[in-house]
Amino acid sequence: MNRREFLNVLAAAGVSGLAPTASFAQAEKNAGKIYDAPAFGNVSLLHITDCHAQLLPIYFREPNVNLGIAGMAGKAPHIVGQNFLKHFEIPADPMLAHAFTYLDFERYAGVYGKVGGFAHLATLVKRIKAQRPGALLLDGGDTWQGSGVALWTKGQDMVDAAKALGVDLMTLHWECTYGQERVEEVSKGDFAGKIEIVAQNIKTADFGDAVFKPYSMRNVNGVKVAIIGQAFPYTPIANPRYMVADWTFGIQEENMQKTVDAARSDGAQVVVVISHNGMDVDLKMASRISGVDAIFGGHTHDGMPRPTIVANPGGKTIVMNAGSNGKFLGVLDLDVKNGKVADFRYKLLPVFANLLPADPTMQTLIDKARAPFTSKLDEKLAISEGLLYRRGNFNGSFDQLILDALIEEKNAEISFSPGFRWGTTILPGEAITMENVLDQTAITYPYVTLTEMKGSQIKEILEDVCDNLFNPDPYYQQGGDMVRVGGMSYSCDPTAAMGARIDNMTLKGKAIEANKTYKVAGWAPVAEAAKDAGGEAIWDLVARNLRAKKTIKAPDLNLPKLKNVDGNPGMAA
Amino acid sequence: MLNQTSRRQLLKNGGLLGLIAAFGSALAPRFAFAAWNKAAFEGKTLADTYKAMGAEGAKESGEVQILASDIAENGAVVPLQCVSKLPNTTQIAFLVEKNPNMLAASFDIGPDIVADVTTRIKMGQTSNVIALVKADGKFYTATKEIKVTLGGCGG
Repeated sequence: MNRREFLNVLAAAGVSGLAPTASFAQAEKNAGKIYDAPAFGNVSLLHITDCHAQLLPIYFREPNVNLGIAGMAGKAPHIVGQNFLKHFEIPADPMLAHAFTYLDFERYAGVYGKVGGFAHLATLVKRIKAQRPGALLLDGGDTWQGSGVALWTKGQDMVDAAKALGVDLMTLHWECTYGQERVEEVSKGDFAGKIEIVAQNIKTADFGDAVFKPYSMRNVNGVKVAIIGQAFPYTPIANPRYMVADWTFGIQEENMQKTVDAARSDGAQVVVVISHNGMDVDLKMASRISGVDAIFGGHTHDGMPRPTIVANPGGKTIVMNAGSNGKFLGVLDLDVKNGKVADFRYKLLPVFANLLPADPTMQTLIDKARAPFTSKLDEKLAISEGLLYRRGNFNGSFDQLILDALIEEKNAEISFSPGFRWGTTILPGEAITMENVLDQTAITYPYVTLTEMKGSQIKEILEDVCDNLFNPDPYYQQGGDMVRVGGMSYSCDPTAAMGARIDNMTLKGKAIEANKTYKVAGWAPVAEAAKDAGGEAIWDLVARNLRAKKTIKAPDLNLPKLKNVDGNPGMAA
Repeated sequence: MLNQTSRRQLLKNGGLLGLIAAFGSALAPRFAFAAWNKAAFEGKTLADTYKAMGAEGAKESGEVQILASDIAENGAVVPLQCVSKLPNTTQIAFLVEKNPNMLAASFDIGPDIVADVTTRIKMGQTSNVIALVKADGKFYTATKEIKVTLGGCGG
């Protein structure tokens, strides 16, 4: 009911001429209609996740392919486009449709402008907190990585911004790729007394001791609230293990249940998890763990306007996912009565930068952090004629640009680019700046590789990554998208078993032979040996390629031929 | 964390090392008595290995629990734990279906030992891992798939 009311308010705002705001006063007036949704209950928890170090407003196109397989088919979050609008009963308001889907992206991005940005988010957080005294702000992680400035300052810009934003607790994933020493340095230094890192599933590899507190107990308006942390379980697998050599991760279901039970016996009336599992893993975990009221999810970058309610032996758990790139702020209002959650309201508020004036203090902090790097970041490398984006199960136009650059610069036959889900969007006609390239590539292991691979090895890699995406059991998934492939064609049956999904591999019309060797270019190797192999950083290679081209035509996406997914609502018709 | 620091400190002081040494010598005679089942450790198929262990007809049991990661962080060192709640448990073994030799480890459980063992094994590829428990002369199992992946490409 309440959600519907909220959506109606948004729809009304749309009718009254939300479109390009002519003045600051007008922007504020419109923002009032959207963002001053009434508070509810006595405990409020705000949630950001996966901002990937985007301090300034950006464009971000949601995916048009996000397939769910087996038990996940057709269920949130595996729904895109018109099916998404229908599933979540989003009224025919273009602004909301634009926030949550890829539909008519280019057209509406021009109308509604950029999203996110910490200065605008700060204004929204202040506004929401003003209506909700005592509210906590939770950060699901992937905060310190994803931009050039974050990379060059080892996440310091984001550490400072998170403190200024008023984050209370966070959990981890990409933060760990600066190395365990850096995470501990921030945890014990900058964050001391300000932001608490929680993670029930990070232990020392030797004794299995907790590295961080598994949960933190907070008093919110007289209610004891336990916030458990669940870091990304597969950090040492999806990212280089040598960066967290002394830590072990995993889902650790048994320890999660023990942690929940400990929090309850410690008097917690509300138990929530800030999770970097990814939504499918959260849904499965919610069905098997008792005593969790709500899971604030991230990792898979699914902007879910409505939570999924999961039944388990102990009751019900609210499972949310709050998108990425600073685009959304999640607001969960709980009514806690007689020691337990009696009712709730949830809103996922899109952060439209034009509707929220920049907070001056935060803006100053951002400008100061960027100042030493702006001349490098602002370099215009080329003009893009097409829309450049990344998100999608199999390929994105910005990835295609990277794949093309790899083949051209390394004189390779085939190229691979990782299926990362972060990376911002560029509108047609815009210049591609160095900052844009870094938004797609800024990692601590950016080395370009050129490898002689047998056809059989290429198949093995594609099968392996494909299983990480489409294994019917979510606990065996890693939450990334399919590796992007340049040069060669293939077919993919996501519904097939491991080892049988990839077929019809061809290069320039000729079948790829198992025992023949091919030149394959790639980047982001997780092996420690690659660190010392002297590979160029991927952003330098892409920048060189773009500078020479000057104008980039809309890339022609190399997509696999898909089998057995006709009619799947996770794919645009 | 406090307990971690103190445990490490204890180790540095040599206290725990002394403790381990003491345990080691106490346990050594038991290990010495256990015969090395050569045929079992050289078994190339599940049927051969079970036969060599006398475990044919082992049954799945809810009283046997196998604890391990769903995806191995490092195939070369995969931590495994097995807890048996069956009375009179005398043996706990780990078998990896797709390893060249399936039997990875076997522990004899004496009457004064809690039937809860942890070890680390090596896995070449994604496989079912079986915890095989002998209790009251009969064999019981619990199975879990552990995935060994190439890594990389995470969201």
